[in-house]
Amino acid sequence: MYVYDELDRGLVNERVEEFRDQVSRRISGELTEEQFRPLRLMNGLYLQLHAYMLRVAVPYGVLSSTQMRKLARIARVYDRGYGHFTTRQNIQFNWPKLEETPDILAELAEVEMHAIQTSGNCIRNTTADQFAGAAADELEDPRIWCEIIRQWSTFHPEFTFLPRKFKIAVTGAVSDRAAIKVHDIGIVLVQGADGEVGFEIWAGGGLGRTPMIAKKIRDFLPAADLLSYLEAMLRVYNRFGRRDNKYKARIKILVHEIGADAYRDAVEAEWADIRDGALALPEQEISRIREAFTPPAFEVLDTASTAFEARKFEDRGFARWVASNVRRHKVAGYAIANISLKPAGGIPGDATAEQMDAVADYADRWSFGELRVAHEQNLVLPHVRQDDLYDLWLALGSVELDAPNIGTLGDIIACPGMDYCSLATARSIPIAQQISERFADLERLHDIGSVSLNISGCINACGHHHVGNIGILGVDKKGEEFYQVTLGGQADENASIGKIIGPGFASDAIVDAIETIIETYLSVRQDDESFIGTLNRLGQTPFKEALYGTA
Amino acid sequence: MALEIITANRLGDGLVIFLTADGWSARIDEAAVSESKDATAALLARAEADAGLVVGPYEITVEQQPDGSLHPVKYREALRTRGPSVRTDLGYQAA
Ligand code: HEM
Ligand code: SF4
Repeated sequence: MYVYDELDRGLVNERVEEFRDQVSRRISGELTEEQFRPLRLMNGLYLQLHAYMLRVAVPYGVLSSTQMRKLARIARVYDRGYGHFTTRQNIQFNWPKLEETPDILAELAEVEMHAIQTSGNCIRNTTADQFAGAAADELEDPRIWCEIIRQWSTFHPEFTFLPRKFKIAVTGAVSDRAAIKVHDIGIVLVQGADGEVGFEIWAGGGLGRTPMIAKKIRDFLPAADLLSYLEAMLRVYNRFGRRDNKYKARIKILVHEIGADAYRDAVEAEWADIRDGALALPEQEISRIREAFTPPAFEVLDTASTAFEARKFEDRGFARWVASNVRRHKVAGYAIANISLKPAGGIPGDATAEQMDAVADYADRWSFGELRVAHEQNLVLPHVRQDDLYDLWLALGSVELDAPNIGTLGDIIACPGMDYCSLATARSIPIAQQISERFADLERLHDIGSVSLNISGCINACGHHHVGNIGILGVDKKGEEFYQVTLGGQADENASIGKIIGPGFASDAIVDAIETIIETYLSVRQDDESFIGTLNRLGQTPFKEALYGTA
Repeated sequence: MALEIITANRLGDGLVIFLTADGWSARIDEAAVSESKDATAALLARAEADAGLVVGPYEITVEQQPDGSLHPVKYREALRTRGPSVRTDLGYQAA
C-alpha cells in the first residue's frame, strides 16, 4: 500500500506540534473558544453530548495491521476501550480528553495517520470501494486514483474554505460499493475506446436535508486529465456555489439550480484553460503511485479448493458465514472476507480494542497485513486464501466477530444518534439493536435475504437513511422520539432516494412496523425476488396497506 | 417560571458539568437553580465568565423532585447527565 513520502510526514508532524501549541494556548486562556474551535475541528476534534469526539481519517478505508493496532492502543490508553467505524470509512473515538489529543495525534503520526480533512469545509477524505485491489469485478484498483486525489486535495490552498464540505468517492468496479452517486463528486473507472483506463464523472449527489442523486457530467475523462478536471469542477462550484445559506451551499444545490448541462458547460470552459497546465498527470507520476499499490505476493493456487469445499459441507455454520460474508476475489484461490461489526443486539460499527488487536493479528496471519473499513461500518480482510477461511472463521468466533449477516437485515447502518451526537433529534442505536435482535434468527434472516436498512438520528443523514432499502429517520415530535420510514432507497449503481411510506412511528412501534414491512414482502415476493425487487415491482401500496390499513 | 440551571462541557476533558453556587460540578443535583429570567441571565453571565474553564454554557429546564434532586425536562439533557443509553457502563451512570 501507499507509504508516506517525506513531504507527507513533515506536514503531519508539523500539524501535530502546531495543534499541541494551540491546545496549550487554549488551556492557558490565551485563546478563546471562538478562536480555538475552528482549529480543533481542523484536527478532527469535535465536542459531542458527553465529551469530545476525535475523528481519525482512514484514507479510502485502507488500514494496515500496524495502524489497526495503533487504533486499538488509542482506544485502550486514551479512550474507553472502543471505537466507532463510520459510513465515511473513518473511525471515531468518543471520550478523548482535549489535553491528551496532541499525544493521540502524535501516536497516530507514528503510523502515518492523522485527523486532517475529517472536518471543515474542505475536500474531505476520499472514499472508495472497500474491496479495492481485490474485487473480481474490478477494472483497476481505485486506490491509485484516491491517492492521487488525496495528494492534490490535502491542504489545497484554493479549496480549504469551500462554501461547504466536499466529498469524493471512487469505484473501479461494475458494482458500486462506494455509493458514488450520493457524493459531491463520484468517479467510476471505465475503459476507453482503446482499452485505456479513464473515468466517468458524476456530480451533485448528496443526502442530508435535500437528498439528491448525482448527475453524469462526463462519459469518459482520460486518466491524465483527472486533476485538472476536478480542479475545474471545484472552481466552478467555489465560484458559483451559494454561501448565503448553509443548507444550500452544497454542489448538489448548484447542479440542481443551474442544471447539469449548464454546470458541465461551465466546467468544460474552465477546464479548457487549465487542462494542459501544471495539473496534467504525467505517465511517470501515475506509474509511481500505481507501484505503491502493487498487489501482494499472491500464491499461484487452483480456483477451487477441495479442503474449503469439504469444510463447508461438514460445518453448516461455516457454510452460512461463507455464503453471507465471503466475496469473490480477482485472484484464483483467494477470497475477500467481510467481518461484520453488527452482532445481533450490538452497536453497529463499534469494535473493542481487543477486537481491533485480534483483527490486526488475523490480517497479519491471513491477509498480507491488510485491512479495509467498509462504508457499511464493517471491516474487511481483502486477501484471504480460501484454504485459510475456516481457521479465520474460528478465530473470529473467539472474539465475537463472526456474525454471518453481511448484506442482510442484520447488517444495519446507523449513525450514533442522540446517544452521542449533539445534533441528534432522536436515538438511532437502540432502534438498530432492537431490529437486529428481532431478526436474530439466522434461518429467518437468510430467508429474508438481501435488504439494506439505514438509520439516522437527524436530517443530516449520517446513517444514509435515504438510500437504505428501508430507511429510518429519527425525529423529535413534541419531545418524543419518533421515526419516519422511507422505502425504496438504493446506494449502489441503481442509486435512488427512498420515499416516505406514511406517518411516522413512536419508538415502541417502529420495530413492529419494520417487521410488518418484512412480513408483507415475504408474503408477496415471487421466487427468489429480493426485497427491493418486490418493492420495485409492486410499489408501496401493499406495504402501506399492511402498515396503515386500506381505509 | 420553570426551573432553570446552567450546563456546559469542561474544557479539559469535555465532560458534562453544571454551574453551582460557587463553581462547577459533575452532579446535576448540586446545580444552582434559577426561578426567574433575571436569575438565569445572572447565572449565564457567571458561567460565561468561566470561558477559560468550560465550553458552550447554556440554560436547561429542570424539574425538582420532592427529594430535592433535579431532572432535566428534555431527554437529550437527561442523557447528558447519565451517559449513552446504549452503554450503561459509560458516563456518569456507570459510577
Ligand atoms: C457525531 C458527530 C457527527 C456530527 C456532528 C456530524 C455532522 C454532520 C452534518 C452537520 C452533516 C450534514 C452536512 C451537510 O449536509 O452539509 C453530516 C453529513 C454526513 N455525515 Fe455526519 N456527523 C457526525 C457523525 C457522523 C458519523 C458517525 C458518520 C458515520 C456513521 C457520519 C457520516 C456522515 C455522512 C456520510 C454524511 C453525508 C451525508 C450527505 O451526503 O450529505 N457522520 N454530518
Ligand atoms: S445523522 Fe444527525 S444524529 Fe446522526 S450522527 Fe449525523 S448529525 Fe448526528
